[in-house]
Amino acid sequence: MNGFENILSDLLVHSPALIVAIPLLGAFLTPFFGKVHNTARNTFVLIIVLLTSFFSFLLVHDILVNGNIHTYVFGGGSALTSGGFAVRILFQVDGLNAFMAIIATLFAIVGVIYSWSFMKEHTGLSKYYTLYLLMIAGIFGMVLTGDMFNFFVFLEITSIASCALIAFYTNKGKAVDAGFKYIVVSATGALFVLFAIAILYGQYNALNIAVLASNIQFSFLDRIALVLLISGLAMKAGIVPMHMWLPDAYGRAPSSVTLLLIVATQASLYGALRMIFTLFGGQLSRSVNEVGGIEINVNLLIGAVLVGLAILTIFVGVLMALKESDFKRMIGFAAVAEIGYMILAIGAALTIMFSVNDLETSRLALNGGIFHIFNDALDVGLLFLVAGAVYYATKETSLNRLGGLARNMKYTTVFFLIGLLAVAGMPPMNGFSSKLIIYQSTFLVNPILSIIAILCSILLLAVFVKVFYSAFLGPKQAKYEKVKEAPKSMLVAMAIVAGIILFIGLFPDIFISNVVEPATRALVNSGEYIQYIMGVI
Amino acid sequence: MLDQLSQLLNSLTTNSGFWNPLVWGLAIIIAFLIIYILRGYGKKDYKKGTEQAKVFLSGNPEYEKEKMHVKSSNVYWGFMESLKWLYNVLDKMHTGNVSDYILWFVVIMGIFFIILGVI
Repeated sequence: MNGFENILSDLLVHSPALIVAIPLLGAFLTPFFGKVHNTARNTFVLIIVLLTSFFSFLLVHDILVNGNIHTYVFGGGSALTSGGFAVRILFQVDGLNAFMAIIATLFAIVGVIYSWSFMKEHTGLSKYYTLYLLMIAGIFGMVLTGDMFNFFVFLEITSIASCALIAFYTNKGKAVDAGFKYIVVSATGALFVLFAIAILYGQYNALNIAVLASNIQFSFLDRIALVLLISGLAMKAGIVPMHMWLPDAYGRAPSSVTLLLIVATQASLYGALRMIFTLFGGQLSRSVNEVGGIEINVNLLIGAVLVGLAILTIFVGVLMALKESDFKRMIGFAAVAEIGYMILAIGAALTIMFSVNDLETSRLALNGGIFHIFNDALDVGLLFLVAGAVYYATKETSLNRLGGLARNMKYTTVFFLIGLLAVAGMPPMNGFSSKLIIYQSTFLVNPILSIIAILCSILLLAVFVKVFYSAFLGPKQAKYEKVKEAPKSMLVAMAIVAGIILFIGLFPDIFISNVVEPATRALVNSGEYIQYIMGVI
Repeated sequence: MLDQLSQLLNSLTTNSGFWNPLVWGLAIIIAFLIIYILRGYGKKDYKKGTEQAKVFLSGNPEYEKEKMHVKSSNVYWGFMESLKWLYNVLDKMHTGNVSDYILWFVVIMGIFFIILGVI
């Protein structure tokens, strides 16, 4: 028994590196298995993803249950070289990283299971799975690393793999066009992130987030770096008006790829949160201006801008979704609106985070925002999987030409209904729990914010009622008479996501107290994160 | 075990209330039961396959079933017609041109620069 525990504890120590290394190695081995047989390749990819998930759950369990922070120094030994520089790459995993790792793990498994049937009619699947595993490795790297330049490298790995996967349907011009737009937008965003990293490195001789955070002075150059980091990552996160690539990319990519794109978008959002709350966390209470005798702090400025952008994001996302007639593009615009809800909660929390009377509200808003990151991934992800199943069965994405599919695709219809209710924030689904927290916390900040949020949720319900009516209800269509239900692997993938939606919807408190609150704590207590790393160094 | 079960059944508390989907679900089941009982008191003279069951379109003939489906772009037509001015603005924003995407990024970066006092 002791031997087994020793092995587990050894694996746990190395798990942060293995979570990235396994899919990375798997990606380059996939073409060899593809040469042997398609089933051998598919099985190999599934094994790689399950193995990665095992290490991910091992790590996440230890962090969430025991409250540990894990540090993995590449090259071994101390992170500090003999010259006193923190040049070694570190992976630093706390509650927030663990939270993001759960999303990435879940969607990696679901995506591969879904791909089995969804992609089987296509050629070039060895390349597809290679890129898919690269994308998974990139996402895990983004959410686990504690090094700024390393973050940029994984951001680029994710972007390049995503771009190729978005343009996977190379016979369709629009897919290639969407891939091109994505890489232009991603490269631009990443370039500005790199500028910011260079500015910080030039000043502080360090790339480690914790080391930088402990030294940062909020000088003129630091402020430039902050702006570049927020803007670059906000564009990658799809905040209005920098969202326009998102419906293009989400709409044209295969649905299994869209699933990972959602996680990649959220990994960028995570990056922005890490930069604001950890890297510049110590500077948020700094006063930058005085208006009418009232001090204006950094947190208030950033928070107010985020709230403004969030309202715009929700509004534009919902209104454009209402107008759209393409199934996947419509969900893409709805996904934009959902991102707005997360930003609204985080922005609202930032504006009041140093007000003694509102500490509870600030914490509540952050809980709501972080909880909604998970719920949004599940809800929007499920809707994209359903859209993929409909496309697989009918080869059609235009809602004007779809109709009456509930007769032939009963399970898919039920999954869509679950996704519809969840994304619109209808009780008792998971979306309701997180939106309820967002409504209540933003109401305490400013009632108008919550009124807008509720109104847009109603509009979001209207959007998906329209989809439900157009695609699934209505009279039988002669052209879809022979349409069959989606294959089993796709149904299993949708059932996994729908099951988690229902579970979190029915038992929200257990998820909040065990997963969301540790992430919120990690976000707010950046000092603990920095001190822990500095201690290790 | 009991602790885990009680944690599972915990209500989600917010600053001004609580949310327990299980209580809500129970309330819905009770409401459905009441509706079902009330339904039992309704008329029982419905006959399948008679004139009663035919579609009535203000005296107009019924189209083929396939043609009766309202297309997605016609749903909420009135709502979008009344907000045409807003949709015109949004359509102009969404050009599909990647240069415009980058332009918006520059605009937002400029706003951040001004607000954080860099410019």
